[in-house]
Amino acid sequence: MNIWLVMLFGGLITFGMRFSLIYLFGKFHIPEAMRKTLHYVPPAVLSAIVFPDLFLRAGKFDISMDNTRLLAGLFAVAVAWISRNTLITILAGMVAFFVLQVFVR
Amino acid sequence: MSEKKKYFWAGARSEIPLLIGVFPFGLIYGALAMDAGLSTAAAQAMSSMVFAGSAQFVTTQLVRDSAPGFVIVLTIAVVNLRHVLYSASLAPALASVSTRWKALLSYLLTDEAYAPTILHYEKEGVKPFSHWFLFGAGAALWVTWQISTALGIFLGAAIPDSWSLDFALPLTFIAMVVPVLKNRPSIVAALSAGCVALAAYSLPYKLGLILAALVGIVLGVLVEGKANVKPEKELSLHANVRDSLDESQ
Repeated sequence: MNIWLVMLFGGLITFGMRFSLIYLFGKFHIPEAMRKTLHYVPPAVLSAIVFPDLFLRAGKFDISMDNTRLLAGLFAVAVAWISRNTLITILAGMVAFFVLQVFVR
Repeated sequence: MSEKKKYFWAGARSEIPLLIGVFPFGLIYGALAMDAGLSTAAAQAMSSMVFAGSAQFVTTQLVRDSAPGFVIVLTIAVVNLRHVLYSASLAPALASVSTRWKALLSYLLTDEAYAPTILHYEKEGVKPFSHWFLFGAGAALWVTWQISTALGIFLGAAIPDSWSLDFALPLTFIAMVVPVLKNRPSIVAALSAGCVALAAYSLPYKLGLILAALVGIVLGVLVEGKANVKPEKELSLHANVRDSLDESQ
């Protein structure tokens, strides 16, 4: 994998999407069905990334109390739910993760 | 002061409350990119080549997992799909500017530049030089993103591995996803995508991620159709951006 090629294509696609309808104004409208579909992209993609990070350890499903990433992650979900603040969530999750690691050892 | 300058600085000023949130994000991105094994040059270049926070975090995660290039590019595309909506939303206001301006403003069209700009257009309407507002907002954001990335790279090199800084990545995604879980279809989309990602984790090339995202999106749409739930109008990873703007004005 060449990271420069990935960034080049990733960047071109991102620019293309930002430019698309500004450029095509009047010639193309987003169908309602697509607008609806786009609504579910963030929750689906982000969860698909987060779940394996929390539930899998060395590729194996692990919901034991030793799984500090899962416990700290669930704590972060609660903090995010209440605070709705990105930085507070990250800080709270990191602190929980450090504290739990001390206890598990 | 000329009209252009007036709009430019109004746009830049509108970014100030957002920049307070963006700056630490750039720091975290830079540090995590180093931690994931990207070179200093690549980590910095991504902030101008891709220039999209959440996509850069996702890329960092996938580089760490040694996902193949085409999966990373595909994921960047999916994560950034929402920009098509921003493009649609701002298109009427930018209809009369030159193609060169359209290209420049599109490059700068991030979540954080979109939010204050659309509010500005809603409030003030479209004036001859009001595209300078988006230029000012985008430029302020771009400069802040580059500087904070550089600082993060510098700091990241100094943070020991034993701190497990990589855990900040899933935490970042949690912080982004929880606020968008506002109704049953989006919760179904999130949980189903997560479960499929676990079940399909061993698929080659990280294709489990793409499969999981597709299943989540389809199920979200199906549940919405069934329940006839009205989705939130705001489709943004950074709905909180708009909230914080409202508070600051």
